[in-house]
Amino acid sequence: MNALDGLLQRNDLWRGSRLATGVATVSTGFAALDEQLPGGGWPRGALTEILATRAGIGALRLLMPALASLSCQERWLGWVAPPYIPYAPALAAAGVQLSRILLVHPAARQDGLWALEQSLRSGTCSAVLAWPLIDEAAALRRLQLAAEAGDCAGFLFRPAAVAGHASPAALRLQLDGDAHGRLSIHILKRRGRPAAAPLLLDPDHARTLALHTPAAAAPGGIQPRHH
Amino acid sequence: MLLANAAARERGVAAGMPVNAARALAPDMLVLPRDPAAEARALAALADWAWQFSPQLSVRSPEAVLLEAGASLRLFGGFNALLGRVRDGLAGLGYRAVLASAPTPLGALCLARCDCESHAGTFDALRRALLPLPLSVLDWEDDAVERLHGMGVRRIAELLRLPRAGLARRFGAGLPVQLDRLLGRAPDPQPPWKPTERFERSLALPAEVVSVDGLRFAMQRLLQELCGWLRGHGAATRQLDIRLRHAGGAVTRLTVGSARDSRDPGHFTELLRERLERLTLAGPVRELELRVSQLAALDGRTADLFGDDRAPCLTDLPDRLRARLGAGAVHGLSTVADHRPEYAWRRCPPGRAEQRSTGARRPLWLLPVPRRLRERDGRPWLDGRLQLQPDRERIEAGWWDGGDVRRDYFIAVDGRGSRYWVYRELEGERAWFLHGVFE
Repeated sequence: MNALDGLLQRNDLWRGSRLATGVATVSTGFAALDEQLPGGGWPRGALTEILATRAGIGALRLLMPALASLSCQERWLGWVAPPYIPYAPALAAAGVQLSRILLVHPAARQDGLWALEQSLRSGTCSAVLAWPLIDEAAALRRLQLAAEAGDCAGFLFRPAAVAGHASPAALRLQLDGDAHGRLSIHILKRRGRPAAAPLLLDPDHARTLALHTPAAAAPGGIQPRHH
Repeated sequence: MLLANAAARERGVAAGMPVNAARALAPDMLVLPRDPAAEARALAALADWAWQFSPQLSVRSPEAVLLEAGASLRLFGGFNALLGRVRDGLAGLGYRAVLASAPTPLGALCLARCDCESHAGTFDALRRALLPLPLSVLDWEDDAVERLHGMGVRRIAELLRLPRAGLARRFGAGLPVQLDRLLGRAPDPQPPWKPTERFERSLALPAEVVSVDGLRFAMQRLLQELCGWLRGHGAATRQLDIRLRHAGGAVTRLTVGSARDSRDPGHFTELLRERLERLTLAGPVRELELRVSQLAALDGRTADLFGDDRAPCLTDLPDRLRARLGAGAVHGLSTVADHRPEYAWRRCPPGRAEQRSTGARRPLWLLPVPRRLRERDGRPWLDGRLQLQPDRERIEAGWWDGGDVRRDYFIAVDGRGSRYWVYRELEGERAWFLHGVFE
């Protein structure tokens, strides 16, 4: 068996042909989830919607491995209108570089949308997490375009009640907790074929991190924005 | 009348007309007296701005700024490129100007006085261009010009045909020397311009401005002046002090801050736009004032000539957000070495965080104020019974600064997968509180 075959045998390695190819992603850090996502991770340059049925089940913990790895880039991790204080000691413990964090607390709803769009579009944010009160599809489309323009992974935390609404987001996950502290992930929408059964995982136990980039791109690194 | 605006011209008012005649055509017309002091200030401001193109600059009051451009040509990518920059810049400042160039300062001046742009690249070309021009472009004493007219001399061509000795005898030795300087036969050193050392400019608005849009437009002009001045000084700034003078004498002061030193008008325009967005005007504005007090050296007159500093810069986003949302709405996060959970973090300027991790289990959300939990059978309750996990973390600290904390912290779960950070006071009511969410 040659070296390549050896690599292909390993199931923790992403093989781009399974789902949509050519998608720039960052690994979620959870192998089981990466396997279900086009490009093997959270889409970069696109919106991801996270619809959690309740608080405290681990919606943020699910993002920590990716945020930790994105925080190695010389770009901001934007947090727009978080509902509570993102707790610095916990973020540091998760390996997130705090010096990359940019917190924005807009006073008015319209300012929040503006700040979110600016952040997504700026090209200086690797990821933006936002808790917007958005209902209009038009606003979401603008944000999706902004995320594309800024090569930014945009994570919108929205109530589970909007699961049935149409959305231009590249990825939509519905999260629920179970009695054992596990996270049940239902992929409502992804690029490529639809997902079947929900996925169960422990949000506190991520696997080794790996950055995934499209096959055409340079290996290992994150691609700078095209100027 | 020296100048008339479009509305006045439509009524038939034209330059050169006596004021009374103009008033007869447009009785409601507003006539502003000529203000030589303001003209001199404008010319000085223009010289300060143009200093970026060449440090060999002199001012011919009241009408012209002379630039020795030869040494700057290579720097700016050739004559046409330099000319384009000057022309665009002047338009951005809101001036109408006539550009002319020649191998001698007087030559350029005479060509510019013809009111149409012309360029003479050599002494020969200059001579050819001057020949058909009237004597008025020389700006000599009226008396001398009249006597020359009396001799039948009306154009420079005829003037140059007069014998030099005769010219000197009739008009003094100075006159032939002037012609020598004009044609480059004698040196003509110019007094160097000394640019102002502080940038403090005001702009009287032609009409009271009541809209933020109007202000933005007017500010453009001052920003252009500022950025030219900064370039000339090899400097940049990160703070603009703006004063808006209102009709009643009241003054609104604004500052626009940038996290980096810049002299890019586009950068300041962006920040100003956001700053003005959240401004409610206290009243109509009569005058704008712009000052900078903090200067930083930014090397190289050329550093930002071509590309300008437009590449996305990490500090631009927080700058822009702050300008619109206010400084308090944008910040970073830092850890603090303190055992008390509410003091173990702080806000900090973005990018200036400290990072320490203790290994203790902490929730990703902290409540700004701990929320008192109800109790049932001595157990905390949150939409159902909370199950405490066995590990207890006792935190006792802060007796030295009055922020006394004595608590037992637990991780609590409900039956549906939610996980919380709760504590029980060790004294007093021994109440239960929710302090964080393991989101």
